[in-house]
Amino acid sequence: MADAVFHALLWASGALVLLILGAMIAMLAYDGWPALRHFGVAFYTTAIWNPVTERFGAASMLFGTLVTAVIAVVVAVPVSFGIAFFLTEVCPQALRKPIGVTIQLLAAVPSIIYGMWGALVVAPLIAAYIQAPLVALLSWLPVVGEVFAGPPQQFSVFTAGIILALMILPFITAMFVETLESVPAMLAESAYGIGATTWEVFRNVRVPYGRTAMVGAGMLGLGRALGETMAVTFVIGNANRISTSIFAPGSSIASVIANEFGEAQSGSLKLYSLLQLGFALFVISFIVLAISRWLVRSRLD
Amino acid sequence: MTTLSTGRMNRRLATDKVVKGISTTFAVIALVLLFWIIWTLLYNGLSAMGLSTFTNDAFGRPQGLMNAIVGSLLQVGIATVIATPIGVLAGTYLAEQGKGSWIAEAIRFVNDVLLSAPSILIGLFVYTLIVIPMGRFSGWAGVIALAIIILPVVLRATEDMLRLVPTQLREAAFALGASHWTVVSSVQWKAARAGILTGLLLAIARAAGETAPLLFTAFGNPQFTANLNSPMATLPVQIFNLTLSADPSSIALAWAGALIITLGVLALNITSRLIIALGQRK
Repeated sequence: MADAVFHALLWASGALVLLILGAMIAMLAYDGWPALRHFGVAFYTTAIWNPVTERFGAASMLFGTLVTAVIAVVVAVPVSFGIAFFLTEVCPQALRKPIGVTIQLLAAVPSIIYGMWGALVVAPLIAAYIQAPLVALLSWLPVVGEVFAGPPQQFSVFTAGIILALMILPFITAMFVETLESVPAMLAESAYGIGATTWEVFRNVRVPYGRTAMVGAGMLGLGRALGETMAVTFVIGNANRISTSIFAPGSSIASVIANEFGEAQSGSLKLYSLLQLGFALFVISFIVLAISRWLVRSRLD
Repeated sequence: MTTLSTGRMNRRLATDKVVKGISTTFAVIALVLLFWIIWTLLYNGLSAMGLSTFTNDAFGRPQGLMNAIVGSLLQVGIATVIATPIGVLAGTYLAEQGKGSWIAEAIRFVNDVLLSAPSILIGLFVYTLIVIPMGRFSGWAGVIALAIIILPVVLRATEDMLRLVPTQLREAAFALGASHWTVVSSVQWKAARAGILTGLLLAIARAAGETAPLLFTAFGNPQFTANLNSPMATLPVQIFNLTLSADPSSIALAWAGALIITLGVLALNITSRLIIALGQRK
């Protein structure tokens, strides 16, 4: 008897979790529907966001979301890879745990702190010491130059990408380390046995063995970067337009929702458009997370 | 021949050295970042912090964070009380009865999505679910949003930890004629206690630092209130609003708030790691 009640409780709690996500998807899709009905598919292809004329399009935010997330992953993955090599192969055994834990603590710092610190401390430094040299170095090139053109701005798509990179770095590093440590010791030892150097063993034995899960870890980082809100809102510059230069201000889906949802009238086209944006963000993150989960689990199972 | 292969050997050893050097540099940079953040917070936060920070609300003179600190404690606390039993039970369901059933697989997948889904979407969801029907922003809406943040972390920790409990323990209990409930409550949960507590602390730390899901749910309130039916302040949202202001004293107070929340969150994280470390030593 007690067991029957207990089993029902267990089942109900599990079902509740299913229900929450189901309701979340349904509500986001349903609430944003009026915007899609009004603007049609053009909602996703126009870059105009004008509350005065009631014309709303998602293209510039989609663009900003993808570009910041891609910058973040491109910067964070190689650095995480290096730190993972350090933690699994180079670092003295006694220091591995403390250094690993300290890097993990970076992941615990709330995103609003990254936003504040990014906006008030890091953004001016990035503009002066990273953007300016990049502009000087690359802006004269034909096509590529466009991407690095313009006066350095403290608040830009580039700054947002760098801050996001710092935020996803510890996650990716932790998953890399976990994967690399699961490589059978026998494999690495036989490579050492034929005279391979530490780096050769890492590159030719450990990394190929864990490659699928490591790609999955990168995807998980991408998924986190896509939906990160507060840090991006602080440093992206909040301009709803598409610029060819990554040093120009932009906006992401999450930052626009954070900035504008509070002032949208209930029942207004703007509110529906923001909810439709939320649905789009959910679909994108869902796809990325589903792929990353599949990649990570297929390796570990 | 010998010279040629020595040359190649030297090159291989040199590459090894260079890569080790670069990777060490990256690790040092990551460590420096954490200390840089903490140093910035201490430097800007301590000088702005005074007794009034903890005794005045945002309308006070000088303005303080008392409303936000109490609001955060209250909402995170209630959210924890709501989400923990559900998360533990659902995690137990997956560990105990979730072998090969499609519904368990679905729950596991959905939970992983909830775990990594953009937290601002949880804010939008709770806005349509609670704020619109209630007709106003409220502390309760904030509580529900935070509970949805905590739930998947607790669920995942519970399932993972229960799977680590040796099968012999439960089999011994079953052999004594114990019911399933007794086995789970007095053997499984007891054995996994430390691990579940660790997950719970991490979940609380995460909820305490969240801003995005609270913007359109609890909304914020410059005045002190303990009434969950009214809009309510939280530390992260108040920090956000203070930073948007052009007033230097508001920004200074924002740093003080940032210091409080970061130290709190890091303390929870370190405690949870200590629990694991002490558990392993036994």
